[in-house]
Amino acid sequence: MGRYVARRLLQMIPVFLGSTFLIFCMMYALPGDPVRALYGDQAIDEAQIAAIKQSLGLDQPFMVQYWNYLTGLFQGDFGTQIASQQPVADVIADAFPITVRLTVFAFLFTVVVGITLGVIAGLRPNTVVDKSLLVLTLLLISVPSFVLGYTFQYVFAFQLGWVDPNVNDPENYGQLLLPAVVLGSLSLAYVARLTRTSIAENLRADYVRTAVAKGLPRRRIVGIHLMRNSLIPVVTFLGSDLGALMGGAVVTEGIFNVRGVGYTVYEALTRREGSTVVGIVTLIVIIYLVCSLLVDLLYAVLDPRIRYA
Amino acid sequence: MPEALDTTAKEKLPAAEPATVPVPVDAKPEKARSLWSDAWDDLRRSPMFLISAALILLLLVMAAFPGLFTGASPRDGDLSNHYLGAANWTNFFGADWFGYDVQGRSIWARMVYGARASILVGVGVTVLVTIAGTLIGVLAGYFGGWLDAILFRLTDVFSGIPFMLGAMVVLTTFTERSVLVVVLALAFLGWTTIARVARGSVITIKQADYVTAAKALGASTSRILFRHILPNAIAPVIVVATIALGGYIAAEATLSYLGIGLSGVSWGIDVSAGKDQLRNAPHVLMMPSVMVSVTVLAFLMFGDAVRNALDPKMR
Amino acid sequence: MTIIDNTAAAPAPRSADDGSTPLLEVRDLHVEFHTRDGVAKAVNGVNYTVNAGETLAVLGESGSGKSVTAQAIMGILDMPPGKIPQGEILFRGEDMLKMPAEERRKIRGSQIAMIFQDALSSLNPVLTVGYQLGEMFRVHQGLSKKEAKAKAIELMDRVKIPAAAARVNDYPHQFSGGMRQRIMIAMALALEPDLIIADEPTTALDVTVQAQVMDLLAELQREYNMGLILITHDLGVVADVADKIAVMYAGRIVETAPVHELYKRPAHPYTRGLLDSIPRLDQKGQELYAIKGLPPNLLRIPTGCAFNPRCPMAQDVCRTDVPPLFDVTERDGGELPGRRSACHFWKEQIHG
Repeated sequence: MGRYVARRLLQMIPVFLGSTFLIFCMMYALPGDPVRALYGDQAIDEAQIAAIKQSLGLDQPFMVQYWNYLTGLFQGDFGTQIASQQPVADVIADAFPITVRLTVFAFLFTVVVGITLGVIAGLRPNTVVDKSLLVLTLLLISVPSFVLGYTFQYVFAFQLGWVDPNVNDPENYGQLLLPAVVLGSLSLAYVARLTRTSIAENLRADYVRTAVAKGLPRRRIVGIHLMRNSLIPVVTFLGSDLGALMGGAVVTEGIFNVRGVGYTVYEALTRREGSTVVGIVTLIVIIYLVCSLLVDLLYAVLDPRIRYA
Repeated sequence: MPEALDTTAKEKLPAAEPATVPVPVDAKPEKARSLWSDAWDDLRRSPMFLISAALILLLLVMAAFPGLFTGASPRDGDLSNHYLGAANWTNFFGADWFGYDVQGRSIWARMVYGARASILVGVGVTVLVTIAGTLIGVLAGYFGGWLDAILFRLTDVFSGIPFMLGAMVVLTTFTERSVLVVVLALAFLGWTTIARVARGSVITIKQADYVTAAKALGASTSRILFRHILPNAIAPVIVVATIALGGYIAAEATLSYLGIGLSGVSWGIDVSAGKDQLRNAPHVLMMPSVMVSVTVLAFLMFGDAVRNALDPKMR
Repeated sequence: MTIIDNTAAAPAPRSADDGSTPLLEVRDLHVEFHTRDGVAKAVNGVNYTVNAGETLAVLGESGSGKSVTAQAIMGILDMPPGKIPQGEILFRGEDMLKMPAEERRKIRGSQIAMIFQDALSSLNPVLTVGYQLGEMFRVHQGLSKKEAKAKAIELMDRVKIPAAAARVNDYPHQFSGGMRQRIMIAMALALEPDLIIADEPTTALDVTVQAQVMDLLAELQREYNMGLILITHDLGVVADVADKIAVMYAGRIVETAPVHELYKRPAHPYTRGLLDSIPRLDQKGQELYAIKGLPPNLLRIPTGCAFNPRCPMAQDVCRTDVPPLFDVTERDGGELPGRRSACHFWKEQIHG
């Protein structure tokens, strides 16, 4: 187990360096110019651009800039908003807790509802219940989240008046419910499908047959023998999913006016403020990588074959 | 949607299918059918396939010849046709069938012309990622060793960035975003799934006896690769690619909705434009939403049907 | 369909059972699978009996229905697609097919246990062997976790796994193939059942390990005086351990006999073919015999005798009439207890 953890940590280093480098390249090496982009269609003042670039260290050689960016990350420096000169870290500090709350809410919704639906369908492969779940998940996957968001907002807030269309108080879980459901719905569909397939497949596994032959009661067969094996791939998926949920927050928070990091990105996108976007994306990538590391470790706990490999 | 693409790899392309009746070990049908002809037999009888294929065909025609569906222009607006309540639901295929948008442009015309952007992006990205992903996956899987180590690490690096966020970062740096730019941006981040799938299936096939036999008979590397490995490794790649296509279309719409996708006519842009009038004129937002959803659904169903037919585990 | 006569089945049952009700009796069992290609008739009227202390070997190629019959007895058939349209499975005289599910479950594991072919896939990969063994005691006898673990160690000792106490918390993949099969045997033995069904218990093992595992199984069977159904396609395995043999083909029993009689004088061309295809030292240099053709497709079983397309002495009658299971007798009509053959020409086979 110790060796596995060590190996996994070591493997993460090049991936971390690579991913941050990639984001960095996207930001600075692609044809666009973030400072110029700031001006949009306005007349461009070259002297001012040079001044801004110098203050941000953008006039330095490429690798030096990357080094500054990387060392900055370790000190919690996610860059500076070019327009307001405010550190992105400050913006993140305000917005991050809200997004965490929303994401965790959405995540729990995904896990609880998704796994429950998947297990129900997986235990009855090819029945009406199973096929309806298939159709439902297919619909959830094919409706983009911005469409789902506005549909829900229109139906539940404007037509039925059950909820507020916007989130005014991010502490209020009642208000966060609708955005959380919208944010989690795609993952929910995947989790349900994955669980269903995994359960249906393992249901035919030899060791389940053995468990039946041992005369175990059905709830023990399902709860202990079938579940543990079937949930391994689901757990793996869920780890990579947290990062995706944070990415999806850009759309959802925009629709429901949740003032989290997603909303900040959304605002920054409309104002064409690259450095904010990059700063927040970097943070999410780090969270994503940490989550996948945790999931790999969890995977080892769940599956002894990995642990002792 | 986008992250959907990542997941297909992780679940090694099962997602969720009616597990067909497990034929008992003691009862194997004797006739040996080829994977492809068998798959085709299955597809022809699958209602899901027929419906989705018909929808896709319709969308393709719409993308190629939008003029067949509407005489109105998607770009020229007439502000006197201001949008509220102007829909004429019974005037089929007319300019005012679904009313007019905020600029007084025909919503129906924008829906028809929007198909082209979606289809071009979807197909373009899929073709690019399939070529790039297969190439990288096959090289890594077949040659192994240090080449595999490097390529696989590279795949890890690219998949370490959430697809949509990465695309946002790439696209913010562009001011003018043509179809080509969007396609390249999505393909740049999207190839990893296919690469993983291709690598995995090549590694499995590499160890098959018929490959060993071909090697023992002195077949050249290129012959083994192109005659033996590729044709057998391609089925799972095609399955993942077909399902991913729908995801790319959704991704394009989402990016356009966020204002960093296409600059021209796109359903995503129309959704974004309609959102401020959701309360008064929901149809302005709903029509392009329906188009996106139906298009993505059609490709997903198509992909699902192909997967069911091709995945030997399901039979 | 007749029932295999067991009253005087060669070596008399070792138990003191009065013989009035056999331990297990399968009567006219049919099993079919509904697949998308049609209905596969896997078992078509099988009859056999097993007494306490007796070993019945069921022999046949894959697809002969031998495993499906066992699964039907055990109650672990996948239903659907499997279906049992007719037949009875009497355990101590009671038809298990008519029992409520809960009652049947209680018999499984405690009174009838099964050993599977592939121990690696048949054991749960994410649970320790100690847990999986102990589970038997916890579920059927309500023992505590701790007591169950002690029992598990005891069991592992019984099946001669070295350092049982140290290995009780190991996972299945950490054991060798032979050791895993011992664990399967231990699990089947845990509650000292009356009947054990072993489905090709040694097929996946090395030859040397095969012998060890078979010996262990035979030894434990004697010790506990259990009935044993040994399913195999390997005639070599059977000779030493079985009391009687039932040969299956296309879902039917085609020949039954006490074990040594079958080797000496087979009464069915299929059995003869199987025997002739065993390599023998005295035939060095000759070509090894093989039954020509393939096992039948269960979706389309040939008319008449199912073996007719592969049979070297098939006549017209074999293609039209299904042969019943004839009582096999000596040339002079003298009784041959326990011998039956489903061949129109059994006389020619055994006496010709």
